[in-house]
Amino acid sequence: MIEIFQILLSESFWAASLRIATPLIFGVLGALICEKSGVLNLGIEGIFVAGAMAGWMAVWLGAGLWGGVVVAAIAGGFFGLIHAILTVPLGLSQHVSGLGVTLFATSVSYFSYRTALPNVSSPPRIEPFRPLEIPILSELPFIGSVLFQQTALTWLALLMVGVVWYLMNRTGLGVAIKAVGDNPNSVDAQGLSVYGLRIGAIVAGSALMALGGAFLTMSAFDAFFFGMVNGRGWICIALVIFASWKPGKALLGALLFGAFDALQVRMQTEVGAKVPSQVFLAAPYILSIVALVIVARRAEYPRALLTPWFKGQR
Amino acid sequence: MIRIEPRNTNFAVFTYGVPILSAFVALILASIPLWLAGAPILISYVEMAKGVFGSKFAFSEMLTRATPLMFTGLAAALAFRAKLWNIGAEGQLYLGAMAAVAIGTGYIEAPAFILLPLIIAFGCAAGSVGMVVPAILKTRYGADEVVTTLLLNFIIIIFLQYMLEGPLKDPMGLGWPQSSPILDQGMLPPLMERMRVHSGLVIAIVCALIAQFMLARSVWGFKLRAVGENVFAARHAGIKVNHTILGAAAISGALAGMAGVSEVAGLKGYLTSDLSPGFGYAGIIVAMLAGLSPIGVVISALFIASVFVGADSMSRAMGVSSYLADLVVSTSLLCVLIGGFFGRFKLVRTNLEGKN
Repeated sequence: MIEIFQILLSESFWAASLRIATPLIFGVLGALICEKSGVLNLGIEGIFVAGAMAGWMAVWLGAGLWGGVVVAAIAGGFFGLIHAILTVPLGLSQHVSGLGVTLFATSVSYFSYRTALPNVSSPPRIEPFRPLEIPILSELPFIGSVLFQQTALTWLALLMVGVVWYLMNRTGLGVAIKAVGDNPNSVDAQGLSVYGLRIGAIVAGSALMALGGAFLTMSAFDAFFFGMVNGRGWICIALVIFASWKPGKALLGALLFGAFDALQVRMQTEVGAKVPSQVFLAAPYILSIVALVIVARRAEYPRALLTPWFKGQR
Repeated sequence: MIRIEPRNTNFAVFTYGVPILSAFVALILASIPLWLAGAPILISYVEMAKGVFGSKFAFSEMLTRATPLMFTGLAAALAFRAKLWNIGAEGQLYLGAMAAVAIGTGYIEAPAFILLPLIIAFGCAAGSVGMVVPAILKTRYGADEVVTTLLLNFIIIIFLQYMLEGPLKDPMGLGWPQSSPILDQGMLPPLMERMRVHSGLVIAIVCALIAQFMLARSVWGFKLRAVGENVFAARHAGIKVNHTILGAAAISGALAGMAGVSEVAGLKGYLTSDLSPGFGYAGIIVAMLAGLSPIGVVISALFIASVFVGADSMSRAMGVSSYLADLVVSTSLLCVLIGGFFGRFKLVRTNLEGKN
């Protein structure tokens, strides 16, 4: 028990939690925007892969780190647009279309990577984002090393929590997006475009998701590996329900998840001999399912989620 | 303005034509990545065809690859018919495979006519459990089965790694994380001399025929379709919806488990953590391409297997990444989705008032 307290009080633990949470924050926010507009986006897992690959590839080809971030967002938006066209004007099954986008984005990314680099045994590395050291603040005890030594992408993720909150709760656009996910007929009656709002929300949400992937190759690691996303996208889909589609709670959920994941890695070294390491590896996934089961009954899904809407049909 | 209207008639041309056309479109679209990879396009297609139809062995390899896809395709098709989104066939496949090696590697010494049915029964039961649990979480607690089955895939694969390093590890395996080999009398007999294609293929086709009959003609099949098409109407008609969903989950999981049994007891003989290169996920594409029809699953599994085997052999010959196969297969899913839309709806040109 004492070891757990020591871990919980250490700076490196909280720094790691925030680092692990960063891609999830992007992913949950992206999924939140899509679902608020009434469309489930199971393309998230593939969009993570695409963001990770495209961002890394752009930097490797010399686009610069922020260039890579932009390219990742564009790649995410592109695959989001495919999902949007299939599910919004065509009104196809959001489940199947999303899975299709995941498989498509993943295979496009893997194929491009292998075609660009046919014969490399160890993936080439890039110079990733460095911790953003801020004079004086970085020197602060505890807070300094937890907060002020994260990379710029983590800061961007935290900033996006505020931006998405402001957008959804304080702007007309946010009200329209929420309305289109609850009652598209009312939005149509207002003379707004249901298709436009939904497609826009999916593309923007997917671009955010892709940044989560980009964080993996451009900040957490410095190279692209096959299978590196490893279910993070699916965890975001569980977290967004857990967060009841609220940006603040999404941040909290991602941080809790990050803390839990960081804790299991540290516990593994503490009690590794007694408990099989797989117990710790499986813990984050089990936790996601447990969290989902606990909140599922109370979850207030956007009322028009999964329901396609066609113009001129009531 | 353009308006979307449902077609009043259901043309057979669309039912059968759309999947076939989509498959062809996906194959033709593959020329784009081939061109980007700098491979001569026509020769690549010839190599792909040779990889499937070039020899008796090549063709038998395609049938071998199609076998697990038929099982996972059926698993997805039956569940999807009930609007139960089983995305966990990959995990259920491994549960079936683990049960098969747990029973079949010497734990029970019995002649083939006892051991083989036992292996199949336990494998199917294990796969079944893997889908019934998320189905209960859905019916009892309202937890979305898409997320739970997806996450269970990861949990089961981690559990598999534990089993292969621990209880199921082959003591003679030179330290590799793999299971002991299944006893000879526990293996599914091969279908052809010196070929890898095995009787799992026959079981898969029989399963498809039974599923087709049950779905179309039995009360069980009627309930399943009723729940899938309109859950409120089904409930109103007195169908026990949760009961039906759990039944569909059990059958779907069992079929996915059977994919694992068939791979391990028909092909590999022992279990490793790379038994399936994503058969569970590919099964979803197989099912969608088949329009969720069990007989259609057999045909679309043959197509998807041809793409995988053909692209594999082409990529070896031409030096193009074998991820091309995944690209073609996922493109065919997107094509069949779009094609299915135009089969069910038509676009009608209207004037600005929205009238015809």
